[in-house]
Amino acid sequence: MKRSERAALWFVLPSVFLVGLFSIYPILESARLSFYRMILMLPWLGEKFVGLENYRDLATDPVALDSLAVTLVFVGVSAALEVLAGLGMALLLNESFRARGLVRAAVLVPWAIPTVVSSQMWRYLFNDRYGLFNFLLFGRATERYLAPLADARLAPAAIVFADVWKTSSFAALIILAGLQTIPDELYEAAAVDGATAWQKFRRVTLPLLKPALLLALLFRTIDAFKVFDLVFVMTQGGPADATNVLQFYGYKKIFAEGMIGYGSAISVGVFCFSLVLSFFYIRLIVARVLEKGTAR
Amino acid sequence: MASLAVKNLSKSFGAGRIIDDLSFEVADGEFCVLLGPSGCGKTTLLRVVAGLEEASAGTIAIGGRRVDALAPRDRDVAFVFQTYALYPHLTVAENLAFSLKVRGVARAEVRRRVEGTAKILGLESLLSRKPRELSGGQRQRVAVGRAIIRQPKVFLFDEPLSNLDAALRAEMRLELARLHRRLAATMLYVTHDQAEAMTLADKIVVLDQGRIQQIGAPAEIYHAPANVFVAAFVGSPRMNLVEGSIGAEGIFIGEDCRFDLTGRGAELNRFAEETLTAGIRPEDFRIAERGAAAIDGKIDVVEDMGSDKFVHVNSAGRRWVARIAPEARLKPGDPLRLTAAPDRIHLFFRDRRIG
Amino acid sequence: MKKALLPFAIAVVLVYSLLPFLWFVLASWKSPAQLTAIPPEIVPAFHWGFYRSALTTYGLPGYIRNSVIVATATTVVSVAIGTLAAYALTRFHFAWLRFYLVVLLCVSMFPQIAVAGPVWRILDALGWLNSYQGIVVAYISFSLPLAIWILATFFKELPYEIEEAALIDGCSRPQALRRVVLPLAAPGIFTAAILVFIYAWNEFFFALIVLTSPALQTLPVGIALFPGEYTMPWGELAAASTIATLPLIALTLFFQRRIIGGLSAGAVKG
Repeated sequence: MKRSERAALWFVLPSVFLVGLFSIYPILESARLSFYRMILMLPWLGEKFVGLENYRDLATDPVALDSLAVTLVFVGVSAALEVLAGLGMALLLNESFRARGLVRAAVLVPWAIPTVVSSQMWRYLFNDRYGLFNFLLFGRATERYLAPLADARLAPAAIVFADVWKTSSFAALIILAGLQTIPDELYEAAAVDGATAWQKFRRVTLPLLKPALLLALLFRTIDAFKVFDLVFVMTQGGPADATNVLQFYGYKKIFAEGMIGYGSAISVGVFCFSLVLSFFYIRLIVARVLEKGTAR
Repeated sequence: MASLAVKNLSKSFGAGRIIDDLSFEVADGEFCVLLGPSGCGKTTLLRVVAGLEEASAGTIAIGGRRVDALAPRDRDVAFVFQTYALYPHLTVAENLAFSLKVRGVARAEVRRRVEGTAKILGLESLLSRKPRELSGGQRQRVAVGRAIIRQPKVFLFDEPLSNLDAALRAEMRLELARLHRRLAATMLYVTHDQAEAMTLADKIVVLDQGRIQQIGAPAEIYHAPANVFVAAFVGSPRMNLVEGSIGAEGIFIGEDCRFDLTGRGAELNRFAEETLTAGIRPEDFRIAERGAAAIDGKIDVVEDMGSDKFVHVNSAGRRWVARIAPEARLKPGDPLRLTAAPDRIHLFFRDRRIG
Repeated sequence: MKKALLPFAIAVVLVYSLLPFLWFVLASWKSPAQLTAIPPEIVPAFHWGFYRSALTTYGLPGYIRNSVIVATATTVVSVAIGTLAAYALTRFHFAWLRFYLVVLLCVSMFPQIAVAGPVWRILDALGWLNSYQGIVVAYISFSLPLAIWILATFFKELPYEIEEAALIDGCSRPQALRRVVLPLAAPGIFTAAILVFIYAWNEFFFALIVLTSPALQTLPVGIALFPGEYTMPWGELAAASTIATLPLIALTLFFQRRIIGGLSAGAVKG
């Protein structure tokens, strides 16, 4: 039908244009720039074509490789913890009790806080002289106080903790939605069959919750790759690059040092990671979205 | 009110042809039912007439004026959807008034017509309610009201009763019949329920797989089905159908049955050696007291509906359904011999009615 | 057993979720001495000096104004464009539209660094670095997948037959959109607006690289770059953070049903 096809075109065009300009084109441009050597803020110095040199440097740069390791560990640990914490909160919110609205609102609060604010807040809480964290651990024994953000072993943990705190409510929401689709009759049937609470959880809840858990895990993994605010505010990638996640490393290279050629190689690498993840996400979601719906 | 003329109408979705070269007419004020099983194309046909889908070929004329190039709003038709499609955010009164307000009708006139329509359908007490507060039957009446208030040239109904429970359906069927008499409107009505078709229609168009199987008044469709499909589709319980051929002495011989065709006429001689299909409606069977019987079998199941009794008879592996008198005392396992009058036997050759 | 655990679990979740931020908020009202006291004093002295200082010396009003302008402009335009796109995606079923939805989903998953450099160069070429229009246009583009996603889920729920009824009743397509579709899609549009607003208000990465002068910087940038190297002005920072966050918390709590619905829409619902 030509008529409606043209109308559809007009409706979609603005978004196509903007997404194309600010998301699709930059990916291609990043790929292109990664074959050059140039300084971002000094365009008059020109650009020098260097082929795969940037990638070779990237593959041998210990800082970059460390950054990759830091990122992967961070993503794996925080996504897992967020889904676990989210599962716990979702299970609680699935019960009916009088204060449930209050608890749900409370769970949303960390999500509502700007990440930058959350970062500063955790800096205050992790402060080595008067932070609440130290007080709760050591009380008045100030000589034993830790400086988590200045400690190469504790800083990553601190970032993970801050990220989990802020985002586990998002995982909780997704898992809660999944919990609510499990029909009560299944639990009743299990009860009639003599199942204990734990058995009900293992044999009814978990299997039916798998799609939601998977989705939450996928979401959190994708988002964990994007962590930047926490690192920028809390540790600036340190101490000694212990929290130098890829996104921050790329930012430093491109915007602090101006090395957009090399930084673009990092961009491309990060993009490839997210592409793999989005492939799994697409398979999970799109089939469901497009097969449903009442539009003809 | 106006007549509706459909000529050579076809509609394809991609490679699939849903309706194939259909032509029929609905006279001014006539109630025409499009009857057929799911997937036969009747709803598509209705939507094409309404303008909700574009025809692939053919023409549609309403009141003598060609409308197939016009948008739905310019065809002056009203459509009652199977799911009613009431506007959820508007009250019943606003739902009714919608089409009038869109055309800029004066407020006083709108109010008058809304009240009038509400009265016809018994909706006066519901005018300020929203659709979600209504029962299925009430919503259906609002959907009908929305159509009536526009005084269109043609009413189009898409299985409006299929979402109602059985009791309500019977009640609404009567209301629709009354409505048609009162408005003397041209109505095109789609259904798969042959009881609805039989009771409501002035004329039935039977469809299967996008093609017209027969057009005729309900009595004609029932008593003189044009082919095996129509014979089997209309009538409940289904007509008994068996294949066989006409042997000597004008007897139809099928699998474990013999039907006497005496008096049927010489036209049947042409089909002496051919394979034919014979059909007998359950109510046309008689219990054979003595002498020759068409079918000799044993009762399998007895269905006592109160007003009617149906026996399912097995004879050498074939099953037959017959209607018998409610008082008859027959039980499963009893032997039963059935016969039928020669002129009550329908005959089909190559899927076409003969004789 | 479950009954006994429940209050305990509730308490844990409440403390875990609320205590950190509550602690920070309380700090904004403490006296300077209270801020660094060990053991920490719980009850603040209701000292307003930090708020005064944050508002006058640290340029908070400017940051707030910029955030309001940027977030509002982003929300209005993004939701408008997104509504049209989502409507087309759910009403006209053509192969390339499905492909577009898939592309949108992919795009929303890139970490910012994947596009940051070229985006900066585009804005530089347009002369839009360090400007409202530059950051707003970038935000609109990045929030469109989210907006379209949420709006498409809501449009899917609207039976197409209702629009067809409107068309038969005498509406042209734009009239049908205005009288029937938009009123029914309003909750979805509202939810999308809330979520886009929250996104734009909180966004930091691009605000950091695009907005380089304090006169234009949004709240996240202001709060992240809060001056102080050896001694952080925690009091002012807490005050600024509280001011920056309370509107969001109010928004979230007020509309939590919509937000939760929007976030989990289409994702898990059967």
